[in-house]
Amino acid sequence: MPPDAPENGSVSNPTHLSLKETFSGAIFETTEAYGEIGFVVDPAKIVEISSYLKHVQGFERLSSVTAVDWWPREPRFEIVYQLHSIRRNLRARLKIRVSAGTAVDSVTVVWRSANWYEREVFDLFGVTFANHPNLERIMMPMDFEGHPLRKDFPIHGYRYSYRDE
Amino acid sequence: MTLNMGPQHPSTHGVLRIMLELEGETIITARPEIGFLHTGIEKQAEALNWHQVTPLTDRVDYLANLINNLGYALAVEKLLQIEIPPMAQWMRVMLSELQRLNSHLVWLGTHALDLGGMSAYFYCFREREEILKIFEMFSGQRMMTSYIRIGGLALEPPRGWQAVVAKFINSFDSKIDEYETLLTANPIWLQRTKGVGYISLEDMIDTGVTGPMLRAAGSKMDARKDQPYSSYERFDFEVPTRTEGDVFARFAVRVDEMRQSTRIVKQALDGMPSGPWKTDDPHVVLPDREKMKTQMESLIYHFKIVTEGIRVPAGEAYQVVESPRGELGFYVVSDGTSKPYRVFMRTPSFGNLQALSVMLEQRLIADSIASMGSMDFVLGDVDR
Repeated sequence: MPPDAPENGSVSNPTHLSLKETFSGAIFETTEAYGEIGFVVDPAKIVEISSYLKHVQGFERLSSVTAVDWWPREPRFEIVYQLHSIRRNLRARLKIRVSAGTAVDSVTVVWRSANWYEREVFDLFGVTFANHPNLERIMMPMDFEGHPLRKDFPIHGYRYSYRDE
Repeated sequence: MTLNMGPQHPSTHGVLRIMLELEGETIITARPEIGFLHTGIEKQAEALNWHQVTPLTDRVDYLANLINNLGYALAVEKLLQIEIPPMAQWMRVMLSELQRLNSHLVWLGTHALDLGGMSAYFYCFREREEILKIFEMFSGQRMMTSYIRIGGLALEPPRGWQAVVAKFINSFDSKIDEYETLLTANPIWLQRTKGVGYISLEDMIDTGVTGPMLRAAGSKMDARKDQPYSSYERFDFEVPTRTEGDVFARFAVRVDEMRQSTRIVKQALDGMPSGPWKTDDPHVVLPDREKMKTQMESLIYHFKIVTEGIRVPAGEAYQVVESPRGELGFYVVSDGTSKPYRVFMRTPSFGNLQALSVMLEQRLIADSIASMGSMDFVLGDVDR
């Protein structure tokens, strides 16, 4: 029997409460919509909270990291982490809000899979990650200027525009 | 020695470049470089309306078009909070499983071809052609079907589809036996695949691997069972697993998955509910052609959807479906307008490819082709 066979039916859970108890000041918001649970947390505590969620709450998988640009609202970026616990058959969403120019602590020390996802966020949104092992562009060419998924980046680009042809 | 594998290497099946640092025949480091097929689909999605994004999802993973459509449609339907009629749900399941067969057939054929077994390729593509014909019958397209739409299906299923699907699926089990006679006990195949490309389950979970690769190492993770969508809970099927975690185990898992998919398609064929094939919410789906031409109200709805698009309530949703390659997630954010604010695609190949260096390093270069083939990545899926 594989150790990670999902236990069905353990979806409603005390993750909210225990997280709030452990990190009282660092959990800004908890959401529950469409059967998905989410937390908005303090960007300074992201590694600590990730590590707690992985080792104590059993979220052994980081499914993805992405960002949403709410320009011109401040703080501009929402970094979204999708977590998954195979053992508990549970998914959760972790979010932090940061302004442009603020470096976010990398969670690669907790989950190795964050590596490419954080590079992608860096490449397409221009959010930098501190302590990342290899933070360079992943999708766009190395000499590309700008970050295409930012809302103020025109869909035709700045330099390679076909608009006037 | 530094060796550049790709971007035009035939066994990468796409445009992937791997920088290999060799010492003799052993790979010391392997650094994959991706992005050659990056087309900015997520950026483009923000400039289109909700319905117009569906054809873009086809072009992400060109071997799992319908499953991509389904993931996107389910995510948007979550935000819209609409109910999909049972017939459409079952049809979605049936088409998804045919798509899975199609994807696994392409994988099996090309993987065997990479390892020198040419004949399996012809057998697999023979059946794949039949599946593409079924897709063409349904949607008018062989690959870029866009057949699963927000609110149901794009068109009414064609007359006589039951006979065509039945003819194909009832003979398919014996076709799988044929592939197995070519490969499963073939000594050359066994030597090239057994014990090759092993990664431990912990490493795979940590580096973001999902799908058949994970199941070949003992995990039972499968979104169709864990978080059933589109009435998968009504179907009787098993999740095949192996424990060896090598290239042969991945082969065995995928072959077993083909048998399970065949079971699901047969059940869908036998128990297909009757009824509408799309939801009747006039704010979401286009009205019937007949009504649009005879009723004023339908004409107005038609005009609104075509010109302005549908409005989706503000919010965010993450929907996971099981693609042939693993966990395919759509994270959609709406600000209440007729265009998506953000569509993020958590594509399985991108996650799986992160494990490539773990799988290749400190191993022989001759095994790299077998290892890479067993990952079954689609570069369109990686780069988006």
